[in-house]
Amino acid sequence: MSDITKQSLTELVENIKDKKLSSTDVTKAFIERSEKSKELNAYITDDFTSALEKAKKFDQKPNLDLKLPGVPMAVKDLFCTKDIKTTAGSKILNNFVPTYESTVTDNIWKEGAILLGKLNCDEFAMGSSNETSFFGNVQNPIDKNLVPGGSSGGSASAVAGQLTPITIGTDTGGSIRQPASFTGTVGLKPTYGSCSRYGIVAFASSLDQAGPMAQTVKDCALLQEIISSYDPKDSTSIDFKRNQYSKELTNNIKGKKIGIPKEYRVDGMPKEIEDLWQKGIQYVKDCGAETIDISLPHTNYALPAYYIVAPAEASSNLARYDGVKYGFRAKGENLIDMYEKTRSEGFGAEVQRRIMIGTYVLSSGYYDAYYLKAQRVRKLIKNDFDEAYKKVDAILTPSTPSSAFKIGEKTNDPVSMYLNDIFTVPVNLAGLPGISIPAGHDSKGYPLGLQIIGKAFDEQNILNIAYAMEEKIDFKNNITDWWIK
Amino acid sequence: MSKNNSEYLINRKDNQYEVVIGLEVHAQVLSESKLFSASATKFGAEPNTQVSLVDAAFPGMLPVINEFCVKQAIKTGIGLNAKINKRSVFDRKNYFYADLPQGYQISQFKDPIVGEGKVILDMPDGQKEVGIERLHLEQDAGKSIHDLDPQNTFVDLNRSGVALMEIVSKPDLRSPDEVSAYIKKLRSIMRYLGTCDGNMQEGSLRADVNVSVRAKGSKEFGTRCEIKNVNSIKFMQMAIQYEANRQVDLIEEGKSIDQETRLFDTKKNETRSMRSKEDAHDYRYFPDPDLLPLKVSDEFINQLKSDIPELPDDKKKRFIDEFKLSPYEATILVSDIETAKYFEEVVAKMGKNKDMKLAVNWITGELFAVLNNKNLEISQSPVSAKNLAILVNLIKNGTISGKIAKTVFELMLDGDKDPQKIVEEKGLKQQSDPKAIEVLIDKIINDNREKAIEYKSGKEKLFGFFVGQAMKASGGKANPQLINEILKKKLQ
Repeated sequence: MSDITKQSLTELVENIKDKKLSSTDVTKAFIERSEKSKELNAYITDDFTSALEKAKKFDQKPNLDLKLPGVPMAVKDLFCTKDIKTTAGSKILNNFVPTYESTVTDNIWKEGAILLGKLNCDEFAMGSSNETSFFGNVQNPIDKNLVPGGSSGGSASAVAGQLTPITIGTDTGGSIRQPASFTGTVGLKPTYGSCSRYGIVAFASSLDQAGPMAQTVKDCALLQEIISSYDPKDSTSIDFKRNQYSKELTNNIKGKKIGIPKEYRVDGMPKEIEDLWQKGIQYVKDCGAETIDISLPHTNYALPAYYIVAPAEASSNLARYDGVKYGFRAKGENLIDMYEKTRSEGFGAEVQRRIMIGTYVLSSGYYDAYYLKAQRVRKLIKNDFDEAYKKVDAILTPSTPSSAFKIGEKTNDPVSMYLNDIFTVPVNLAGLPGISIPAGHDSKGYPLGLQIIGKAFDEQNILNIAYAMEEKIDFKNNITDWWIK
Repeated sequence: MSKNNSEYLINRKDNQYEVVIGLEVHAQVLSESKLFSASATKFGAEPNTQVSLVDAAFPGMLPVINEFCVKQAIKTGIGLNAKINKRSVFDRKNYFYADLPQGYQISQFKDPIVGEGKVILDMPDGQKEVGIERLHLEQDAGKSIHDLDPQNTFVDLNRSGVALMEIVSKPDLRSPDEVSAYIKKLRSIMRYLGTCDGNMQEGSLRADVNVSVRAKGSKEFGTRCEIKNVNSIKFMQMAIQYEANRQVDLIEEGKSIDQETRLFDTKKNETRSMRSKEDAHDYRYFPDPDLLPLKVSDEFINQLKSDIPELPDDKKKRFIDEFKLSPYEATILVSDIETAKYFEEVVAKMGKNKDMKLAVNWITGELFAVLNNKNLEISQSPVSAKNLAILVNLIKNGTISGKIAKTVFELMLDGDKDPQKIVEEKGLKQQSDPKAIEVLIDKIINDNREKAIEYKSGKEKLFGFFVGQAMKASGGKANPQLINEILKKKLQ
């Protein structure tokens, strides 16, 4: 079956349940395609040999009641996986093999999925192009030398390039939605507290959230219902009633009120993005929903606030990588010298930049002016959304201010790189769920995404809207397999 | 240095200086597991055998608050008559050290779990109130061991993440003696509550000591120095004496005092500069995003309040009111919860016709002496409260004399023997038959006629001689009161 890798997760699960495909068939197909796709550099670590063994074992005694029966899956290398090297895209964890499993991946394996390998990402998830990874750039399957976005660049590339039927990423400021938008795939950032952070290498604890990345909205819904669980091991995990998102998925969104925030019409935004947005507005109207112009007045302050809060938390979260206990250690004359050499050699430039920013904004004398003020801004941004949700059920925006850019195009201009997150960052600051769906192409034929932002814990609603829009948009990703010789 | 009316002052020429002291006490929470992980906290375990992935700060590991430690902190707050904050926040205190795996200590900075309170000290010249500024919960660090290898430092993370209560006093203490009384009182309260074992040898209780001096009568505070991590009351007192005199000398020489952190060298009995204010760490405190603010309800606090045992101050008051003890006696008996328990058991076992004074004297006298000699805690006392009560009753009802009682007590030490049985077996019962004693005395007077005449002619000192002879003749068993009465009559 040559088209196995073209099937959606939902189709694969059906075919395995109907015994039309075995886990071995499917696993083999994705391994073969992954082997042929080395040029994408989507994997940091593969686990193909044991994946195939697990698939064979599964087929001997298949449990078809599971939600992901024998389905192979690669995951972002930010999730700790027991006995499998976990690097977070960094030299400093290049030799780190956890003895434990993250809650999110554990939930996945419990439903029968099989680990294919660990996917490339920006170092400690800090980046919007996957170019900060110690393990090199990731190619976007859409076109050669195009970034896949970041930080979940390897994940986006692997899903779009059909190296894995589905995957999980993490999203701190847009790290799922932006790469999904750049690669013509679907990416959901759940409500903060929906997915446990236990066992995920931390970037910014108050913003980090794991989420699914898939070819279709339905696949996304299915994985979300698996990974989302209340976890007492994460004090910020929230105990709320979780839906069977895929089962309850409906394209009936008649009468839903969709907010269109005027502040997202930013200066210098390409006309293509504006046109896409208008198309999106038309789609939701065609589905029977109503659009309402709203205001989120503090949107402009989201990006600067984010680039204070996230580096502040990161500077502290990354203090544990000191060469003492695990990971890379450089030789030093004494303890301080060892620290300095280990962290100078172990962390890349972008991570060092953010540690410096974070350390600065938390320093005495600057704390009030930066960190405290940023936290106040964060509160105002949340209030904006709360106010808006008195009038609307969800909000529709572009996912990114542009389509994917060339590798190397923005590496020397961190601020222009940071601007990529302008539409996604407010969602993280407010702890809300947001989904990016592919909605069209730009003049170069590169995919463009639209973002639907929901109320907290209302993943079902934005999945439904995305599902209805997906049907109307009928997006086709233009994958030419250019990298396969 | 002089002590006028127990006021502690440092004298130089015509100047008198007052010493101002504030303490930051670090008390290890009595808890089976750590503040944010389930690892054990047993003292003296093999290195790195009580370390979880959270304690060693592995990637992706998250802290989860231990509710028991929260309860312990609140109970301590209640014991310190302090305000319990229904909302408190855990912050990260960031600094690098090899035995600090996270690169930060989780502590409470702006919003501690316990606010202002007070502690009453019993000083020889009366009571003294010491204000408590706050109590907060924090993690302990691990231990760096530098002396096992010439090149390498070893790190033991058993202590990493163990819960500490930092109890900060107001600068209300004025002498080494008050510091001693304060530490003892804190320890006593926490032992009553079962929230800290107060064991200073094992490091369960240690303190940073802030010392400044000022001219007597001045209202302004002087520049303070902080002496880090002093782990015995004696060392605290020595450090304060040294540091206060050092500061006074500087002032007398017209020099200024630098605000700095100092270390106390116990071998040389001096404090040394560790780091100046300029070199002070910038800890970059900020709320720990891995933990939500800690919220406790009124019900939760009230439940803990209802579980609080009678504390030393109340117990002392009751001992004075109910048992008519002197404040001094009561203070001694309540200072340690085990002593108080022992005393109350003795009281209970003595029954109706009890002699409180006698019981107190026996506990604080004979029993304490034995415990001291044998280096035992009262909980390990070789004489049970029950048997001590029987002994006191035997004295009270005249079965044995106080002198014989000491002999009986010695015999009781071997296996907590019943004093009643000892008295019977050894025939130590007091001779209280007046006729028998009369016979005995008649014989003594007859044998010592000359002395009897001397006595009658005014040499009254000789009365003691006759008492001694009579006692001796009775083998120490004769009732001394009867001897006195009969002797007086016969020698008239």
